Amino acid sequence: MDARIENQKGWLLVLPALALVALNAVIPLMAVVNYSVQETFSSNLFFFEGVKWFEQVLHSERFHAALARQLAFCAIILAIEVPLGVAIALAMPRRGPWVSVCLVLMALPLLIPWNVVGAMWNIFALPDVGMLGRTLKNLGIDYNYTQQPLAAWATMIAMDVWHWTSLVVLLAYAGLSAIPDAYYQAARIDGASSWAIFRYVQLPKMRRVLTIAVLLRFMDSFNIYTEVLALTGGGPGNATTLLSIDLVKIALGQFDLGPAAAMSLIYFLIILLLSWVFYTVITRGEEAR
Amino acid sequence: MATITLDNVRHAYAARPRGPEDWALKGIDLVWADGGAYALLGPSGCGKTTLLNIISGLVRPTEGRVLFDDADLTDVPTDRRHIAQVFQFPVVYDTMTVHANLAFPLRNRGVPPSEIERTVRDIARMLDLEGELERRASRLTADAKQKISLGRGLVRSDVNVIMFDEPLTVIDPHVKWQLRSKLKELHQRTRRTMIYVTHDQTEALTFADKVVVMHEGMVVQTGSPVELFERPRHTFVGHFIGSPGMNVLPCRLENGAAYIGAERVEIENPPARALDAKRLEIGVRPEFVTLAETGLPVGIVRVSDAGRYRIVEARLGESRIKLLADDGATIPASKAFVRFDPAHSRLYADDRLVE
Repeated sequence: MDARIENQKGWLLVLPALALVALNAVIPLMAVVNYSVQETFSSNLFFFEGVKWFEQVLHSERFHAALARQLAFCAIILAIEVPLGVAIALAMPRRGPWVSVCLVLMALPLLIPWNVVGAMWNIFALPDVGMLGRTLKNLGIDYNYTQQPLAAWATMIAMDVWHWTSLVVLLAYAGLSAIPDAYYQAARIDGASSWAIFRYVQLPKMRRVLTIAVLLRFMDSFNIYTEVLALTGGGPGNATTLLSIDLVKIALGQFDLGPAAAMSLIYFLIILLLSWVFYTVITRGEEAR
Repeated sequence: MATITLDNVRHAYAARPRGPEDWALKGIDLVWADGGAYALLGPSGCGKTTLLNIISGLVRPTEGRVLFDDADLTDVPTDRRHIAQVFQFPVVYDTMTVHANLAFPLRNRGVPPSEIERTVRDIARMLDLEGELERRASRLTADAKQKISLGRGLVRSDVNVIMFDEPLTVIDPHVKWQLRSKLKELHQRTRRTMIYVTHDQTEALTFADKVVVMHEGMVVQTGSPVELFERPRHTFVGHFIGSPGMNVLPCRLENGAAYIGAERVEIENPPARALDAKRLEIGVRPEFVTLAETGLPVGIVRVSDAGRYRIVEARLGESRIKLLADDGATIPASKAFVRFDPAHSRLYADDRLVE
């Protein structure tokens, strides 16, 4: 009996954390759920609409297009950043004074505020005044990211790669540093080539950190808003209007709270679902052991 | 298959060694005969792992040469020395099956698949891993993983020496002895040179035909387990091997005879000439000290039961002495006399046996 009563007291201890989570996550989320099933008029009039907004959003071509752009963006940056990050981590020195230099250099892009990254690339890539835009023009390449969709995508991806590859590098480097020397020694004794060492020692040992890297990069890139807004504002036209940008346009530009809320929830569920799929696929091999 | 010779090998990890404390190895001359079962025994930090890494080529000695037969391999990298090593912690390729692990060194060397298949089966049978061949290596227990590490050395026909760096560290006590006897059996079957590094005397003495005892970067004695026990050539060997270790008692010499306090003690190695040593000591194992009617006067301090015998701890002048007494023997309460077996009492000058 006594023990039971004491156990119940445990709730008191988690109460502050619970209250905090409720305030910053559950309550706003529930507000969004509330909006998503109602029609809003001015002077705070609400009518229950059921799943109407969800149906509307799911059938809208605008949503499909934004989602397709979003998925394409995630796929491209993952395909570039993960291998590139691993390659850089492999090339970094494992010991000596250069280690800290490399780590600081790698950490720098991560420390820059996101809107500054967007603004930086915006100016850097401007066709006539920016260093990149100007250089490309001088090389005879027709490049103008404010007008050409392809150029806008290339710039957006280059910006994200510049900004976030470091994260993969740091995680992969941590994974590599955790491999005991004995593994390399054993592989050398077994006559393994550098490729075999990578394939059978380094890659398996990096599996966990790479899982985290892929998940983090996927979630963050699926949520990306600030940098793209500062860089292109979603243009030219709708070429770089990713889900988050579209969402804000609907919610705050058009003030369609209902559809925007429904879209938010769908957005949230997609991230949840895809993260779960990634996680299960990547860790499946491990559980099979 | 080769005789491995270490020719005056010295090693310092510091770039510019100054004093003797900078040298991890202080001049090692050793010959490892082909097919021998060796143990390299010593406490942590005595330089035994450094020595092992010098043989395997993972560390290049600061001075001296490493010869395999007559070839100087001092500057030849690990993968061309034809050696195998089992590490302290099991090293297996996690994503591979046991079969693929055992085949890995052969595949890397371009051995034809039919031969790989035959060799892997043979070695797996020898290691009792036949039933596990298709399992993932990462799912096995630590002792099975160590067997795989060893197997990767055994599959290769070109291996000059298999080295073990404290391979039983992470193995459960109840499987340790199984693995140890398996090792011994494998050595007898394959007749490969094996060097077993450990700080555990039981492991060293049960595995090896020849034990190399290291202390502070030097080899203090090389010999069979019996020689190490019966005729330690350094007080460290006396301490380190045997349980309890050898008694080392300060003594003095008068006209070639050894005295502890006022009592004369017969020793096996009376010096033939005058000794120029700072410290003279008599070493005698507790097994060769007996309680007697007359002899060296001691005060009994403690008696502890060790099963088949009792360990008697006594005070002899300023120092302590241990002796073994049979279970039935009567032990005086405080004052007693002890005698040393003259055949096993030896004089040590500055820790080294007088010869």
